[in-house]
Amino acid sequence: MTDKLMRAERTSGNEEDARSLGLTAQEHHRIVDLLGREPNGVELAVFSLMWSEHCSYKHSRKLLRRLPTEGAHVVMGPGENAGAVDVGDGLCVAFKVESHNHPSAVEPFQGAATGVGGIVRDVFAVGARPIALLDSLRFGELDSPRSRYLFSGAVAGIGHYGNSIGVATVGGEIYFEPAYESNCLVNAMCVGLAPRERLIRSAAAGEGNQLVLLGALTGRDGIGGASVLASAQLDVGDPSKRPSVQIGDPFEEKKLLECSLELLERGLLRSLQDLGAAGLSSSASEMASKGAVGIDLDVARVPLREQGMEAFEIMVSESQERMLCVVEPERLGHVLGVCAHWEVRATTIGEVTGSGRLRVLERGHVVGDMPVTALVDDCPLYDLAPAPPTARVYPDPPRRLPDAGSAADTLLALLASPNIASKRFAYEQYDSIVGSRTVRRPGTADAAVLMLAGDGGSGALAIAIDGNGRRVACDPYTGAIEAVLECARNLACVGAEPLGLTNCLNFGNPEKPHVAWQLERAVDGLAAACRALMVPVVGGNVSLYNESDEGPIYPTPVVGMVGRLADPALAPGIGLREPGHAIALVGPFAPALAGSELERLRGRMADGLAEVDLEAQARAIVALREAVATGGIASAHDISDGGLACALAECVLDGGIGARVELEALAATVGGEEATLFGEGAGGVLVSGPIEALQPLSETGELLWLGEAGGEALELRMGADSLSLSMSQVRAAYERGIPDRFS
Amino acid sequence: MKFGVVRFPGSCDEHDALLACRRFADAELLWHGERDLKGVDAVVIPGGFSYGDYLRVGAIARFSPVMEAVGEWAAAGGPVLGICNGFQVLCEAGLLPGALLVNAELRFLCRQVEVEVVNAETPFTSTCDPGERLSVPVKHTTGRYFAPELELDELERSGQVVLRYLPGQNPNDSRRDIAGVTNRAGNVLGLMPHPEHAVDALTGSTDGARIFESLASLSPA
Repeated sequence: MTDKLMRAERTSGNEEDARSLGLTAQEHHRIVDLLGREPNGVELAVFSLMWSEHCSYKHSRKLLRRLPTEGAHVVMGPGENAGAVDVGDGLCVAFKVESHNHPSAVEPFQGAATGVGGIVRDVFAVGARPIALLDSLRFGELDSPRSRYLFSGAVAGIGHYGNSIGVATVGGEIYFEPAYESNCLVNAMCVGLAPRERLIRSAAAGEGNQLVLLGALTGRDGIGGASVLASAQLDVGDPSKRPSVQIGDPFEEKKLLECSLELLERGLLRSLQDLGAAGLSSSASEMASKGAVGIDLDVARVPLREQGMEAFEIMVSESQERMLCVVEPERLGHVLGVCAHWEVRATTIGEVTGSGRLRVLERGHVVGDMPVTALVDDCPLYDLAPAPPTARVYPDPPRRLPDAGSAADTLLALLASPNIASKRFAYEQYDSIVGSRTVRRPGTADAAVLMLAGDGGSGALAIAIDGNGRRVACDPYTGAIEAVLECARNLACVGAEPLGLTNCLNFGNPEKPHVAWQLERAVDGLAAACRALMVPVVGGNVSLYNESDEGPIYPTPVVGMVGRLADPALAPGIGLREPGHAIALVGPFAPALAGSELERLRGRMADGLAEVDLEAQARAIVALREAVATGGIASAHDISDGGLACALAECVLDGGIGARVELEALAATVGGEEATLFGEGAGGVLVSGPIEALQPLSETGELLWLGEAGGEALELRMGADSLSLSMSQVRAAYERGIPDRFS
Repeated sequence: MKFGVVRFPGSCDEHDALLACRRFADAELLWHGERDLKGVDAVVIPGGFSYGDYLRVGAIARFSPVMEAVGEWAAAGGPVLGICNGFQVLCEAGLLPGALLVNAELRFLCRQVEVEVVNAETPFTSTCDPGERLSVPVKHTTGRYFAPELELDELERSGQVVLRYLPGQNPNDSRRDIAGVTNRAGNVLGLMPHPEHAVDALTGSTDGARIFESLASLSPA
């Protein structure tokens, strides 16, 4: 049989070939053992992708088991295309965050655009209508021309794709740090809505059922993307990698999306799966694996974009905008009818078998024959060998601000720092309102708020995405905890209870002990925070090997959280609403300069962050959420990058109302003027409203009265010292921070 | 009174428009591949990317079967409202004067803007006061209204300029701050701002409801 296979497929599959495809010699031996012979070229290509880090999670899977995945609202947990939670009224919310880092570093517009396309397909693959997108982006600092190119290209690409398919981009976060100069991060999160009974899993079932490929033609684009790009180190702007980046066609995606949802609505599909990394190889084997069946597919039946493609190329192509579905033969006619209506190409390319094998045919001749379990389950899983770094991993960032300087100048410098400055440049390029659900637009609240009334639901969803890589670099365990807490606090600021969490773990090369240590500590931090908040992890993604000759990126776990609130009309924004409203600080609040944006501007990295009292933070989050949900709180904004002074400036700018606060009492407990104004750390929310509306917060937790809204200036007093800036000074710094880097 | 909202495969705001119409009258979708307008009393061509718009925006949509029917409907005096991509399609179809060019900043822009009702005596603005200010969002890459100077003079003289961006609010460098224009007969309106995204205080504004309310107050054909 081997001989016959080898004749059918001229390329060989020996150890040397395996190494050139990114597999180790040991992995090649294991494949030979599993097959009982040497793989041929087609099989080796399929194995190399299925066993790549991107598809197999071979360096992270054991670690991810530490994350809590059970919760009262969970409908689908990790392992499906997207996780899903119940939001009541018979509705479910499916969501997931995924990276497209390496493609975006090679070609930012298409890399980011197809990142959006991929995560959107993950969500409608489970039967949910995508209703919202959020993005977490990291680039080098904006004085680098390459970073400006990557940033503006990625933002335009995200907008191009999301806007064109009618899915609102409602939130996100962006940081600029030298550690991302060579490896930018583009993480996209999609949130979808489905009636509970329409959710569908990807397990193939029913011998003799037809395998139908939907959507775009298959071409040579993206060949080996999962192994070439996603699972190895990248050299800066390597043009030879460019053919591995896919090109997006959002119009095709829009049709595919509407067509897929109509097919599900009519109950015509047994299962559905998107084609992502590793293309047909991955989707067919995943579907077969989950259903414990086999699949025969004939590559000659796959509609091609170009002539002369080899069998292996068709199997691994990552051409975008394609879905694979399983259809009972008697429903095939109906399926093809719906596809014709939407002008979506639909082709039967194979069928479900009872063999437990993925058999690749070419005009009926077998050119590849592999046990599904070997592809999906038998990839060796590696134990990490974590060890704390023995030397500093990251150099100090360039110094941009002297230590001496007035508090006013420091505040203006922080507000103009692109990490804190208004992200209007980005979010105005996104359609944030399509769908008529967006109650809180980007930049106006700590979490996006999407009402469900038009979907037969009640109340609203709240969605946030967070992750400060620099703080995780200072302390992987505490930094990861802070990311989860900040997300939950953002939800609490709009009155939402968290229902589930998704994460994207962006790290360097896990085969290096100190990177493995970062990864392990961060996962432990995520797990601890999720347990304290009782938020289950319902899905996620891992992006490793984000490093270059200059070293690894900051370890960057990005956390996306979805919550629910009862009355969107009560959801506070960040802006002060009325002169005379009281302004107060909800604690516990223990800011410190270590790891802060200010220390970054002064050219210092910290080694370690102050420990977080998780239980106290979790209690404060619940108390805040409950107080917000009862109404009366006019604004709420969590204290994050740039500390209390920057948070208050944002409340002033968004509300268009000045503020006067007295911080002497606070400074006495914090210890230090600068730490009080600009320190960062877990905890701390600024709220405003009538005194009687804020009063209940002092009964459930720490509440400190700071001052009141009014006037046209931002005034912070600390005993004899005071800082006063006009609204226009503050606005100029905040609004010009990013645009000025482009002029 | 019944609205018909055209749906191209790449439409994005058709459900938003449908929901907005249904606040004031019946409404249903009209499929791009069909010539039948299903007896509706007003046609809305919503925002989005009709057939992907990889070619010039709206350039393919004008040839669609539904647009043939819309052309005949408009010629017979039937009211047609084109929002954003709908405006672009109507210009391409020759049902409205002028053209829409890429924004001055060459980028997609999503922003709440204020417009002034210049002409309150159209079927689309009859419930507005002359000079009334409306807060409505825009979101587009190709929204810079252009026509030759002489034609712009003529449009202004004949009352075809219906909506104008307020000073400082013009998001795309449209000529003479024009946000919405009608045809000469006044029964076809194209506008770049999205009134369907301004019909609920929860999502930002209710000012856009005036446009749908005005149309809904027309007596059925």
